[in-house]
Amino acid sequence: MTLALEIPKLTIGSIREGLLKRRFSATELTREALRFAEAENPKTNAYLHFCPERALSAARSVDEKLARGEDPGLLAGVPVAVKDVIVTKGVRTTAASKMLADYIPPYDATAVECLDAAGAVILGKTNCDEFAMGSSNENSAFGPVRNPVDPERVPGGSSGGSAAAVAQGTAVVSLGSDTGGSVRQPASFCGVVGLTPTYGRVSRYGLIAFASSLDHIGVVARNVSDTATLLQVIAGRDERDSTSAAVPVPDYMAALNGGVRGMKIGLPREYFKDPDSETSKLVLDGVEVLKRLGCEVREISMPHTEYAVAAYYIICTAEASSNLARYDGVRYTFRSRDSETLADMYRNTRGEGFGAECKRRIMLGTYVLSAGYYDAYYLKAQKVRTLIARDFTEAFREVDALIAPVSPFPAFKLGEKLDDPMQMYLSDIYTITASLAGVPCMSVPCGVTSGGLPVGMQILTRHFDEAGMLRLAYAFERNRA
Amino acid sequence: MKLSEDEVRYVADLANLTLTDAEVRKMATDLGAVLTYIDKLNELDTTGVEPMAQVLYEAGETETLREDRERPGLGSEVALANAPLAGGGFFKVPKVIER
Repeated sequence: MTLALEIPKLTIGSIREGLLKRRFSATELTREALRFAEAENPKTNAYLHFCPERALSAARSVDEKLARGEDPGLLAGVPVAVKDVIVTKGVRTTAASKMLADYIPPYDATAVECLDAAGAVILGKTNCDEFAMGSSNENSAFGPVRNPVDPERVPGGSSGGSAAAVAQGTAVVSLGSDTGGSVRQPASFCGVVGLTPTYGRVSRYGLIAFASSLDHIGVVARNVSDTATLLQVIAGRDERDSTSAAVPVPDYMAALNGGVRGMKIGLPREYFKDPDSETSKLVLDGVEVLKRLGCEVREISMPHTEYAVAAYYIICTAEASSNLARYDGVRYTFRSRDSETLADMYRNTRGEGFGAECKRRIMLGTYVLSAGYYDAYYLKAQKVRTLIARDFTEAFREVDALIAPVSPFPAFKLGEKLDDPMQMYLSDIYTITASLAGVPCMSVPCGVTSGGLPVGMQILTRHFDEAGMLRLAYAFERNRA
Repeated sequence: MKLSEDEVRYVADLANLTLTDAEVRKMATDLGAVLTYIDKLNELDTTGVEPMAQVLYEAGETETLREDRERPGLGSEVALANAPLAGGGFFKVPKVIER
């Protein structure tokens, strides 16, 4: 098989083998991968822009290491896509916003430095909802992303481009970000694996801030093993992000092969309110596979689940209204023309530069923090967040992992929910809880609906137990029918 | 819960956001719908519950602080490179003070 035909099916392992056996060089692979991605991209709009110079320079460096007989790194030559809310030195980073349309970051995010150090080849930056705000990728200032499985449907969001690129084969793995489900939901909609680590597991230095107490960098891949490898590369303490945790990083790849017999799994009944839906059925079929492998499954209750969406849309918008205050026309590329006074310049720049969803969230966040409303909304939401986090603490006293759907429904059609923000917000109902509690969570493909749309099964574990979560996901992936 | 257009304009002012009249009308409807949904939280009694501002893990008090040492900054040329308008080593903005 020629290299060009192999591109969409490559794995981290097959690339490593190809490079070590000298079947191809990293430079040859990168050229082919770029050619393929650029040719295929118009079908989905997954990439906003490519960075061939940076990619080829990374590839050359891998080839030089191989020639010298040095270890080229865990991700040597692997074509990677990076969500365009993660900054890349010298490569345009827009957050899919008109506000940052021409922004060229002067530094790399820590996760990007980690990719570089591991020999990864960043092909380009992926489309997303503007400032990662959305669940369908329709809020991008540069056009929506189409789901590679069905172009009439959304890929999910906000990391829609990162999931679509991996599903389409134009990247082997990708980085996304998850604030309320933005890695898991698009992974589920596109039929790929998406993992959001524990809050604090991966440095957010260089992740354009949306809601700081909820933002995570996450990973997307076509299989669980590649997911584990990518997480391995980016996990760990970073002194430039004081919220990153000084907790040792285990060997995630080694953890994959441990058994799952005797693992206790909880099914929270609040996540299966509609047990006859196709989505619930596919997830419950997946649970049967785990039972066969010797997992003990029991039903549990997480009573505060139904309050998560309400608490989340107070907390995330409040934090967003503060984080997005920096876009004022002074420092970051975009400024409204013809404003006479400084105050007008601020207002007009923000009015023209932000899209509808960003404005909605800034407004809601400003409202809930404004004089007289703070206690009723923000403080109340923070207290409810405590109750939701406690639900998890209680659950993990009884069980080692939780299984739930990722989304109540598979990928919906473009435009279907765009005019009703509340309906769009409710599509995150099963992912937001984990974001509020900061527990690790992932989506693993568990089947397709009668209409041929992929469905993901969500696995959640205790803080910093990504290894247990990956082990469960790996056992499931290898044993599902 | 319904938000009046005047309330929307007041909040937009706090947020330093210019909204068109059409945006104000749409915002009143959209925010009203979300605020109505959010009222759901009042079903819960949260008396005596500590607010959660951050996900915390068990760590010493200063464990997440880095050593306080000097490091080079970006330098003004690099820092100004993305400015829409700059000159003489500064960001330029419309006149603030009357002469």
